[in-house]
Amino acid sequence: MESKPINEIENEIVDEFSFFSDWQDKYEYIIELGKKLKDFPEDERTDENKVKGCQSSVWLVANRNNSSLIFKADSDSTIVKGLIALLIRVLSGQKPDDIVNAKLEFINKIGLTQHLAQTRSNGLAAMIKQMKMYALAHKLKEENQIN
Amino acid sequence: MQETLTKKIFDVHKIRKDFPILQREVNSKPLVYFDNAATSQKPVSVINAISYYYKNYNANIHRGVYSLSVEGSEAYENAKENTKNFINARETREIIFTRGTTESINLVAYSYGRQHINEGDEIVISAMEHHANIVPWQVLCEEKKAALKIIPITDSGEIIIGEYKKMLGSKVKLVAVCHVSNTLGTINPVKEIVKLAHEKNIPVLIDGAQAVHHLKVNVQDIDADFYSFSGHKMYGPMGIGVLFGKAEYLEAMPPYQTGGDMISSVSFEKTTYNEIPMKFEAGTPNVAGAIGLSAAIDYIQTLGLDEIRHHDREILQYASEHISQIEGVKIIGTAENKTGVLSFTVGSLNAFDVGIMLDTAGVAVRTGQHCTEPLMQRLGIPGTIRASFAIYNTKEEADIFITALNNAVKILK
Repeated sequence: MESKPINEIENEIVDEFSFFSDWQDKYEYIIELGKKLKDFPEDERTDENKVKGCQSSVWLVANRNNSSLIFKADSDSTIVKGLIALLIRVLSGQKPDDIVNAKLEFINKIGLTQHLAQTRSNGLAAMIKQMKMYALAHKLKEENQIN
Repeated sequence: MQETLTKKIFDVHKIRKDFPILQREVNSKPLVYFDNAATSQKPVSVINAISYYYKNYNANIHRGVYSLSVEGSEAYENAKENTKNFINARETREIIFTRGTTESINLVAYSYGRQHINEGDEIVISAMEHHANIVPWQVLCEEKKAALKIIPITDSGEIIIGEYKKMLGSKVKLVAVCHVSNTLGTINPVKEIVKLAHEKNIPVLIDGAQAVHHLKVNVQDIDADFYSFSGHKMYGPMGIGVLFGKAEYLEAMPPYQTGGDMISSVSFEKTTYNEIPMKFEAGTPNVAGAIGLSAAIDYIQTLGLDEIRHHDREILQYASEHISQIEGVKIIGTAENKTGVLSFTVGSLNAFDVGIMLDTAGVAVRTGQHCTEPLMQRLGIPGTIRASFAIYNTKEEADIFITALNNAVKILK
């Protein structure tokens, strides 16, 4: 099944968050998403798969599925897991080229950038960077194969 | 210019009015500031003292012949005198102004340490030290091929004196321990620690960053050879700190940094150094910081450290009792003698998650390892949530914190 376009999913998330009036509710929702995040394969929980630059521990892997990229991730923090769940919802199942070019404006629109203090949003930034790096690597591999 | 120094009755609601920042809101909730062990808020008397200095008599000190510079120099020297009296040092020249505790400890490590520590020597610290009282010694030990020895602590967070005694062999050249633990709140028996070291002629540095605003500190009674603390944790400004050193030690020590103000005369052939404490204060000093620190000392003294200690104990006891009723909460640091530091874990909940949820309720706490990674390893935990109290914190705030914590636990579980 084809994934919805990144933009569309981002707009859905922005809509969902517009129902919450304060940060406690927003986090409560993020925590729920974190709890629901699919189990991460134990054998992938390696130092190599750890995302550097996060205050909490984050593991991230990317697997190719035909023309798209599937992400799996985990964290020891439920809130970070919730943030990961949002990123996975937007980026997992997308084509590498679309992932690399995704602007991810929903993060700003739901107020996360402004709310998460430096160390915390650095973790978010590090995760996004890592997802894009994986996508870029796959994109380059693809181009090499064509050439 | 200065408030008259009359003894105030300890009234926390009146005290709160002295701290402008406590009026603000966070996430549309009144701020509950419980990260005082990291830094304290500033009373208006400290803010005004700094602002008055810059508005009325800012000049470079110790140099000018003009009135402004003389006034500035006088204020700086008065701040030293005030600091000397605050910790009951013998002489004002035993007080060196630094950037803070970290610089104070580095000064001793670089100057005294490099002069006296040699290959095969030992430096003794405790398992509950802040990184500021670990890393300078570690670096020194690596450089000199000396060894860093760690005094073990009990599970409740107290130094095991019997073990400490056994460690004081002939190779030990310095002992450096904290007066109060920033993570656990434990008040260490520093007088006894110093006495035991002195019996073996070993000098002792006490890191008092978490002590001077909670306890009456008397460096002569403790008999500390060095004692360090920071202005910003004791209601004073950031960027100013103190190193007390016994004159006989300071006089024999080489300068730590060189430049202006620390010299007596300079020619291209030879420079002679100034007397202590100027020898250790290279460059233009932080005059505004010194004046702010002095105002903070005045503020603390008008309230009285006995009353402050009483309030500290009350709020700690109140919060500890209430937090213990929350399922899964384990208090980390249960020493008999504690200041207002409440470190805890909640089952397997991530400290960072709890910290963020408390912030949404306007409650500021610290989460993580609190710059004491080796202590966390010793206790076998990844980190704690730490609420640390100050003179302006109330039981009502503790209630808000407990309610917010209860709520956070429910959501996160």
